[in-house]
Amino acid sequence: MIGDWLDIGSVDQVAPGNARTLPVHGGDEIAIFRTLAGNFHALVNKCPHKQGPLSQGIVHGSIVTCPLHNWNISLLTGEALGEDKGCVPVIPLKIDAGRILIARDAVVPKKAA
Amino acid sequence: MYLDAETSGGARDDPAPGDGRQHLVVVGNGMAGCRAVEEIIARDSSRYRITIFGAEPRVNYNRIMLSPLLAGEKSFDEIVINDAAWYQDNGIDLISGDPVLEIDRANKLVMSRSGRAVAYDKLLIATGSDPFIIPVPGRNLPGVVTFRDLDDVDAMLRAADQGGHAVVIGGGLLGLEAAHGLALRGMQVTVLHLMSNLMERQLDEAAAWLLKTELEKRGQTILTSADTAEIMGEDKVEGVRLKDGREIPCSLVVMAVGIRPNTALATDAGLEVGRGIQVDDHMVTSDPAILAVGECVEHRGQVYGLVAPLWEMCRALADGLTGAPSGYSGSVTSTKLKVSGIDVFSAGDFSGGADCEDVVLRDAARGIYKRVVLRDNRLIGAVLYGDIQDGSWYFDLLRSAEDVESVREMLIFGQAFALGGGQSDPNAAVAALSDTAEICGCNGVWKGTITYAIREGADTLDKVRATTKASASCGSCTGQVECLLKLTLGADYDGERTVKTVCKCTSFGHDHVRREIVAQGMTSIPEVMQKLHWTTPDGCSSCRPALNYYLLCALPGEYIDDQQSRFVNERMHANIQKDGTYSVVPRMWGGITNPRELRAIADVVDKFKAPMVKVTGGQRLDIFGIKKEDLPAVWADLNAAGMVSGHAYGKSLRTVKTCVGSEWCRFGTQDSTGLGVQIEQMTWGSWMPHKFKIAVSGCPRNCAEATIKDFGIICVDSGYELHVGGNGGIKVRVTDLLCKVETEAQAMDVCAAFIQLYREQAFYLERTAPWIERVGLEYVKTALLDDPETVPTLAAKFRYSQTFMQDDPWAKRAAGEDAHLHQHLAEVRPFALETVA
Repeated sequence: MIGDWLDIGSVDQVAPGNARTLPVHGGDEIAIFRTLAGNFHALVNKCPHKQGPLSQGIVHGSIVTCPLHNWNISLLTGEALGEDKGCVPVIPLKIDAGRILIARDAVVPKKAA
Repeated sequence: MYLDAETSGGARDDPAPGDGRQHLVVVGNGMAGCRAVEEIIARDSSRYRITIFGAEPRVNYNRIMLSPLLAGEKSFDEIVINDAAWYQDNGIDLISGDPVLEIDRANKLVMSRSGRAVAYDKLLIATGSDPFIIPVPGRNLPGVVTFRDLDDVDAMLRAADQGGHAVVIGGGLLGLEAAHGLALRGMQVTVLHLMSNLMERQLDEAAAWLLKTELEKRGQTILTSADTAEIMGEDKVEGVRLKDGREIPCSLVVMAVGIRPNTALATDAGLEVGRGIQVDDHMVTSDPAILAVGECVEHRGQVYGLVAPLWEMCRALADGLTGAPSGYSGSVTSTKLKVSGIDVFSAGDFSGGADCEDVVLRDAARGIYKRVVLRDNRLIGAVLYGDIQDGSWYFDLLRSAEDVESVREMLIFGQAFALGGGQSDPNAAVAALSDTAEICGCNGVWKGTITYAIREGADTLDKVRATTKASASCGSCTGQVECLLKLTLGADYDGERTVKTVCKCTSFGHDHVRREIVAQGMTSIPEVMQKLHWTTPDGCSSCRPALNYYLLCALPGEYIDDQQSRFVNERMHANIQKDGTYSVVPRMWGGITNPRELRAIADVVDKFKAPMVKVTGGQRLDIFGIKKEDLPAVWADLNAAGMVSGHAYGKSLRTVKTCVGSEWCRFGTQDSTGLGVQIEQMTWGSWMPHKFKIAVSGCPRNCAEATIKDFGIICVDSGYELHVGGNGGIKVRVTDLLCKVETEAQAMDVCAAFIQLYREQAFYLERTAPWIERVGLEYVKTALLDDPETVPTLAAKFRYSQTFMQDDPWAKRAAGEDAHLHQHLAEVRPFALETVA
């Protein structure tokens, strides 16, 4: 698994409108979202409001609604939408040949590597 | 010269050796290979001596036209691009039916199956792609075909001659075209699609629903979320079995799940290959003497499966080979489905997002859905269904990235509207209409009628709807009615609404939506959104759960619950807590428990190290701090002790709270615990507009606090007082007395009937207390009690619906259903530098 990208699974493992989680030992859990339109996004699985697990929210358009207090978070920018203010880190993600890849830098501390 | 493997054998290696010109050998007689040759000849017809190898024993034909060929709309002759004369006239040697098996780069030779060895100066690989075969048992049985070349079409036509049933695996572009052709040829066709939406790479949910509905109307069976387990049959295909156990008998299986670049030749020759053969902007591979073009290549990380990019690649390739390099910089693609009578177009990125703006136009009567996606005033994506006239215009705007601000308001209405005659202001367009112009097509309302009503005092959209019926059915003319309000009232119109809309996605309120769902017999969320002209492609977190509930309530036993439209608690069958863990409440009928249940709960607390157990206000035990991964195991343990889900998480019946009643209490008048247990057994598992609590108190001392419940029973000596609309929440509301009955059976019937009335008439997320405040107690009394038939009728409806609901969701999850909701995708261990799936 050497390279800039980390293969974390197949696209078939996340159904449209759903999210799956990716715990990171020693780091923040990541949520992998698939929109109803079929696009993939990854965010740190923590609402900027009260750290609610965004992976458990309802996905609509490119937005996830946090299950705790209904904040709407953009899957593209990680920013809270509407009146709410806050931002959660976006994890770079790409799809290659049916595999979901996330940026290695985002989960692997550089010093440790 | 036309040679094929049979006649010329391996006798002569080079058809026309050495005339001094460079020899260009093309591997692949398909669309890309031949187009590349055409482009080269058009630029410089004498520069190269050209030899083309083709694996198929025939001249070059238009592969895209295989669909019309299968459908019987075209003949083979009509889809031939280059006939034998073309090869002859241009001095091209065609070696067909003899695939190239090896490239000897050191000696610049290609070797064919029949043993030919042909020298090249420049080699062009145009081997295209191969259909992907899903690795299921039975895939090699006779009767399983792909949809890639003429032989496949011949095989399908032979099968169609026998009639019977065909299964097409793959509901993408190619699969749907195959299904269409086979249906036209008289076969019964079932399409199996792994995803929940047809053509999910090209269409959004709304357009995919319209497409599915139309195909079903034409007699095809479309099964989405259908995962193939195996193709059944002894020595030929007899059917397909899905992973969920369903079996579909058939005599033909068409595998159309996707394509893979055909890179074997290049890989064996040691060229650089990723997903496709890697090429630069001039289509040159890692060997300067070898070029590649078409579906077999990977350019700047992209692999293409459509024809338009192929033409662009061929132009760049020919420019490069004739000394005037131009370069290919990738393609933006658009898609059209070739199924006659169905118009579908999509292009660009329509995943939407925070910085994007969706403009949606729906016309339910004509079955039209149009959506364009804008970012920074530039068009970045479009999905059209039903009317694709403007597809090419949108595609041009998309590719040119032109600023569309000046035509933005009218963009969705198409080119003619947006660019025609200065009517770019929708208000001006409506102002220009005559008084007899029809604004509302559903109810036949003229512009004059509406402006008259507005002048007479209908100064809001809701009043116009109420007085004229304009925009009161499908809502597609809402924008025009609002224009008329603005034009007529000027600054006095503030857009105020008296009816609260479901959410920002629609101009309708809950009442209207509920009524139309029932009146029009709608059966799915995308259908409601289409028919009521939702302004967003797939709704939001407010309307999706509401629509899901309304459909579930209207169609017991028929509607399939949409999990993605449920709040987390109802999807996970537990209550999410602030730290992301869950709490679990097993059902204890009427609040009564026993040692076996208590031991099971205690064991779960120990085994899963639950940090807290609490007695709830509804007389249940709540186990806190359970991780989502552990939920199925917790439920399995509780199930083993006979306990089912307590639905403490749902917009549903929560608990029936009881006091000990006449069985123990010296004041008790009736068996309140016994009645409570019976009521809970009747009502558990039902979905409601909001949570619903019941209590039964054995005497007017009311120890079960029945007068702050949604339905409360106070037992008295002479019978049962039935109270409704209580609430102990933010705003405490004491119940109203609905009626008094004499027997337990009557009490249960009224309870069931009241719940059903509430289920059918309240708005989603409206508790009984605000519902009764809104409609009035008198209304509820009249609706339930005036006609003696009402209670038994509604009670029967409730009990019928319950036959589909009383299925313990925990047991299903414990048995492995929806396991993906509970499991992590993978884990990252940064220090071990690996992922563990």
